Amino acid sequence: MPTFNLKINNKTHTVEADMDTPLMWVLRDHLNLVGTKYGCGIGQCGACTIHLDGNAMRSCLVQVSQAEGMNITTIEGLSEHGDHPVQKAWKAIDVPQCGYCQAGQIMTAAAFLDKNPEPTESQIRNAMHGNICRCASYNSIEEAVKVASKNLS
Amino acid sequence: MRPSKTTTFSRRAFLKSSALASGGMIIGFNLFNACKSEVELPIDLSQLNYNDFNAFIKISEEGKVTIFSPNPEIGQGVKTSMPMIIAEELEVAWGDVHVVQAPLDTKNYTRQMAGGSQSIRHGWEALRQTGATAKQMLVNAAAARWQVEASECTVKEGVISNSKGETLGYGDVVLEAAVLEVPEDVTLKDPKDFKIIGQGKGNVDIDKIITGKPLYGLDYKAEGMLYAAVLRPPAFGQVLESFDDSGARILPGVVDVITIGEKLRAYNDSGKKNWSMQMSSSDKVVVIGKTTWDAMKGLKAIKAHWKIESELESTEDHDKVLFDLLDGDSLKTRRSDGDINKAFAEADAVLERVYEAPFLPHNCLEPMNFYANVTPEKVHLVGPIQTPASAQKVVSELLERDIEDVHVEMTRMGGGFGRRLYGDFVYEAAEISNAVKKPIKMVSSRAHDMTTGVYRPATKYKIAASIKDGKLTGYHLKEACINGNMYGLIPNFFPAAAIENYQVDSANYKSNITTGAWRAPYTNFLASAEQSFFDELAEVLKIDRVRLHMDLLEKAKNNPEPNIEYSPERLQGVLKLVVEKSNWGNTKPGVYQGLSVYYCHNTHVAEVADITMENGVPNVVKVTCAVDCGIVVNPLGAMNQIKGGVLDGIGHAMYSDFGFNNGVPQSNNFNTFQLIRIGQTPKVDVHFIESNIDPTGLGEPTLPPVGAAVANAIYKATGKRLRKQPYMNNMNVSEKVLG
Repeated sequence: MPTFNLKINNKTHTVEADMDTPLMWVLRDHLNLVGTKYGCGIGQCGACTIHLDGNAMRSCLVQVSQAEGMNITTIEGLSEHGDHPVQKAWKAIDVPQCGYCQAGQIMTAAAFLDKNPEPTESQIRNAMHGNICRCASYNSIEEAVKVASKNLS
Repeated sequence: MRPSKTTTFSRRAFLKSSALASGGMIIGFNLFNACKSEVELPIDLSQLNYNDFNAFIKISEEGKVTIFSPNPEIGQGVKTSMPMIIAEELEVAWGDVHVVQAPLDTKNYTRQMAGGSQSIRHGWEALRQTGATAKQMLVNAAAARWQVEASECTVKEGVISNSKGETLGYGDVVLEAAVLEVPEDVTLKDPKDFKIIGQGKGNVDIDKIITGKPLYGLDYKAEGMLYAAVLRPPAFGQVLESFDDSGARILPGVVDVITIGEKLRAYNDSGKKNWSMQMSSSDKVVVIGKTTWDAMKGLKAIKAHWKIESELESTEDHDKVLFDLLDGDSLKTRRSDGDINKAFAEADAVLERVYEAPFLPHNCLEPMNFYANVTPEKVHLVGPIQTPASAQKVVSELLERDIEDVHVEMTRMGGGFGRRLYGDFVYEAAEISNAVKKPIKMVSSRAHDMTTGVYRPATKYKIAASIKDGKLTGYHLKEACINGNMYGLIPNFFPAAAIENYQVDSANYKSNITTGAWRAPYTNFLASAEQSFFDELAEVLKIDRVRLHMDLLEKAKNNPEPNIEYSPERLQGVLKLVVEKSNWGNTKPGVYQGLSVYYCHNTHVAEVADITMENGVPNVVKVTCAVDCGIVVNPLGAMNQIKGGVLDGIGHAMYSDFGFNNGVPQSNNFNTFQLIRIGQTPKVDVHFIESNIDPTGLGEPTLPPVGAAVANAIYKATGKRLRKQPYMNNMNVSEKVLG
């Protein structure tokens, strides 16, 4: 089985896996980074969102072989102490219900605000449209992105 | 008004305290049952006895309070709100309280489960009594040390003071308190003195959620654990005939391929069929892999042949059979007041309408999964389950093991919505581990989760009203449903007692498609149907929509023998509040409003939807929601539940469709099954009725009414009545826009 060197949260990990293994399962099962969630496996729900070189990506659609040489950030590495402005906003607004989708929501919001720190309401809704929250905590997600945006600017 | 239902406790029996070997004090109590008086508490924390006590408070010598929250957390917030109730009566600062999900050994107790929005309603009295009793014991211990009367002492945030100004912390007296007799009578706080209840408290797991710590069943790992993927029949009505696993076995990550099903069939054949046992009797192929991906990839390489065991049903067949039932003679009368035959025979006019809704999968974002490790010593089960006690019992019978050998631990759940009431995935995991004699985790793919589910049954209603001299004289509700929906209490919901001649009938078609409880079971579509019908009825009667409801509720109030579940006064209260807060009838041009009022799961709700039309497509821009749930324990959690329920209700009423073709579900993932997304959501504006009445639940009650609020608003905008869900599939968006 081939081996891959992955740079995740500023640390290099060597994993042995089939070429076509989705990065999501490598993170979860091989490296025990279980904050990245499995929801649909086809890029429709956003629960597995991570950052690849700073861009929000669906880790279920990225094969492990494609991720070599890229900077991978997962929810565990978004901040050292859980205090990224987006995480702080999520806590201040008390966004989660079941909480399962929220790591993906936070990763999408963080990458979006990095590129567009002062978005309009409709830009926020467009940016977050790909992430499903089955508990429908959408009002709170929208509010939390606004709060994070204020804290960033 | 009906008195609120309360439970009577024998306090001596339901509470016990003990000094811990490790220092500090433990108080065990049973939320729902009195426990046996001879039972003793363990003095070793690892030996907590969940047979007789299902919840515990630990107070350490440092004065720290740990509350072991008993009920499963599925996103409804009880892991935060139930401990809040204890902390309130215990008089401790919320910041000093640490909440732990109670580890489980689920023998001999009831209602350690999530379902029916009942956790808070059932737990309220017991949780308060427990907190207050513990506080009294600590005060008694301090009073004894000071040699003063306990009544002279006061408590603030875990610090006891006497009239001389001396103070002792809870931790200072905890060892003395632990050996005191449990007091029989304690005084509960006046709600006006509540300091924690009524204050918004954040989710106790928030830090773990936002940093991605392992919390859910899918995150659970154990030494030597393998992963299992299960191939179930692709169509309802099919069973496994044969399979070729050679393509799977050559894959490097595949450890084994087995079949399961025998134990479940034996269980079913023995007549022990459990209420949660809604599984196909087919053999299933199981691929055991080193990782989840290995197991899933192996499963795709299995070539299976299926044979037909029972009819392969299609949505077209269901439509026909349900329409036949509505007009047939197999309807069973559930409630009959007055004489509807006479009312309809004498009517000047009759309004009759049919409402239709499809099956719905639950689609918990965390797919069904469970860990099992079956060894000669014990059966260890870990994962997300709403009904751990039932799972334990069935697994013990399935594997023919003593119930004491079966240990269930619950994880936080990535959604429940009713799906995790049914333990099929637990039984599968147990049967697999039993067969391979290794610790395994069964993980369903999204496709298998969606296509081998336990669905909200497809349902049709026919509602008819008789009108005489411009007045409503009779109301006849008929339900036709796949497998069953209507149950005993539903016919006592509004408009029971409000209309003299009133009848509710139901009939079911027995299908091989598995159906069951889905968020707000029984009423999640009934409310849409009835509250749309009343909108139409008001128009026919030429009476204001709000007036019609207020008058009907007045009639229910004056009915000497109402026999109803709802409170007419409380429904009137939420109706008045929503009219005021939504600016009902005074909207800006281009905004159209629809109203809906409903009682279910012991909570009263009124909602107004504001919509606009954009390029002929309705856009819900705001929902005003008035709620009477009695005392609001945690406003922050309550808001989340209410807003989530409203948006979930809109999503499924507007967009979500699920049909069958020859037994095969027509969607298997979120590319074809539409769940509501952020861009489709309105702002939800929530208002509570201020109340000192004991609290009721919020996980479900705001979902059922919202479909009708939206449909009634769309009617105002377009002149088109929507009676078939999902509405967006069943409205011609080029309908004329009224102005």
